[in-house]
Amino acid sequence: MAEPVLRAERLSRGFGALRAVDEVTLELRPGEIHALIGPNGAGKSTLIRLIAGEVRPDAGQVLLLGRDVSRLDVARRARMGLGRTFQVSSVAPDFSVLQNVALAVLGSRGGVFGLWRNVMRDEALTGPAREAIADAGLSGRGSVPAAALSHGERRKLEIAMALALQPRLLLLDEPMAGMGVEGAAELGALLSRLRTRVPILLVEHDMDAVFALSDRVSVLAEGRLIASGTGAEIRADADVRRVYLGEAA
Amino acid sequence: MTAAAVQAPARRWSREARVNTALSLGLLAVPLLAMAAGEPFWVTLATRAAILALAGVGLNLALGYGGLVSFGHAAFFGLGGYAAGVLASHGMSGRPIVTWPLEIGGTTQMLAIWPVAVAAAALGALVIGALSLRTTGVFFIMITLAFGQMAFYFMVSWPAYGGEDGLPTYVRSRFPGVNTMAPLQFFAIAYGWLMLALWLSWRIAGSRLGLALQAARQNRQRLAAVGIRPKSVLLGAFVLSGALTGLAGALYTDLNRFVSPAMLSWQTSGELLVLVILGGVGRLFGPVAGAMLFIALEHLLGGISDYWQFFLGAMLLMVVLFARGGIMGALAGRDG
Repeated sequence: MAEPVLRAERLSRGFGALRAVDEVTLELRPGEIHALIGPNGAGKSTLIRLIAGEVRPDAGQVLLLGRDVSRLDVARRARMGLGRTFQVSSVAPDFSVLQNVALAVLGSRGGVFGLWRNVMRDEALTGPAREAIADAGLSGRGSVPAAALSHGERRKLEIAMALALQPRLLLLDEPMAGMGVEGAAELGALLSRLRTRVPILLVEHDMDAVFALSDRVSVLAEGRLIASGTGAEIRADADVRRVYLGEAA
Repeated sequence: MTAAAVQAPARRWSREARVNTALSLGLLAVPLLAMAAGEPFWVTLATRAAILALAGVGLNLALGYGGLVSFGHAAFFGLGGYAAGVLASHGMSGRPIVTWPLEIGGTTQMLAIWPVAVAAAALGALVIGALSLRTTGVFFIMITLAFGQMAFYFMVSWPAYGGEDGLPTYVRSRFPGVNTMAPLQFFAIAYGWLMLALWLSWRIAGSRLGLALQAARQNRQRLAAVGIRPKSVLLGAFVLSGALTGLAGALYTDLNRFVSPAMLSWQTSGELLVLVILGGVGRLFGPVAGAMLFIALEHLLGGISDYWQFFLGAMLLMVVLFARGGIMGALAGRDG
């Protein structure tokens, strides 16, 4: 088995008396889509934020490409290749699509402290940005202000920004949320194409999408990892059926 | 608001560029017409407007592009002002400023004063910015205000340079080939700096730093997630902002041939905020329009009523409630 790109090692984080994430160990391997599911309040968001660096763990480690990044901030982890989308789309609304993605190119390819060249005329920035826009399926929308995009397009813009980082892994927090059936299918196809390029840790509520896309599924409940395996194994798992799928069915 | 600032300026050239040109020429025309009409006082007013606009261009970098509501920019204005005043008074008296470990004297050459004023203000902005940027929102406003007040009371209670009475410099510092005491020639220096600062600000807005800075205003979380530390970007802009405002302070001391703690007071910080907001936050020429209106109101309404600031406040209220783009928004359309 290839070296995992991401490994969460006995991660714990509490808020007051609540153990939001409790000794979770999780791996993301090259070439896979690894889904993280669980009922509301299971600790999925906290786990994502621990991995991204927005929250510091009480105990445990985050290993990115084999390196302990537990003490690095969000920006450092992003530059190491951690691309991320948010549960509520997070973009710069006044910027055009191209400006948003160029910003991500800027982040990954060093140097914010250029004062002279006009960024939008700098082919070293706009070239890779246009490529990422095309990869995310937003070709021809480059000059549209982000605030004017549809919900689904804004999701794609976030993915384009993550791709512009030349990511080693993607952390996608409920990308299908609020998408129509068609939009979700389109986004699913996009994620499926991306898997060969970059492994994805996918937090998702849409069970059809999870089982269709994922190579492996991990289930979180009350902060603990209660099961991890292929889609078929998870569907058959009694614990999982009780705490999660059972409720839904 | 400022999306176009980082685009190639082709699309919006027409209208905003015409307004900008009109403002530049208008500010230039006032002192020329005033001299022709034998009213040198109007030259002084235009010079004041140019210097306040320069300070505003500095503030606009932090406030307009970075979204940092600094209520302490008077500290940088005053730092530049006192740097100029202290150097000039020592330059005239011949007394050294410090004698140990090495002797440093004053100077009355603007070319030597400006770099010192800019460096002092930039250093001040680096320290104040590094501490203030640990906070956001209303706390940032309050902590910058607190630093501004610290600078104010420091100068009030430091007797060596006049304390609360201020420090007169009697004559303006010198500039090669220019008679700085001639109103029109001193105006030319202030106006030249204003134009240079506007050009610089335009370049910065369209640069890598400008893109990241405007992103920091809109969404710090997103900026960090693409690998750029918002605080570093904002601190860089805050330092540039303070440096430009400090340069304006040095010119202001020369204009008045006097520097006092009033330059450091919170009212000065407030006036700078007001003129940028009146003119149009985040618009390149917003501070120019704002400063011209501010000075005009101060002079015209100030002659009629002591309560002219009541009318200024009313106008500010109108801008904040109904015309977010300020004067520039009204003249050149909403999207810079």
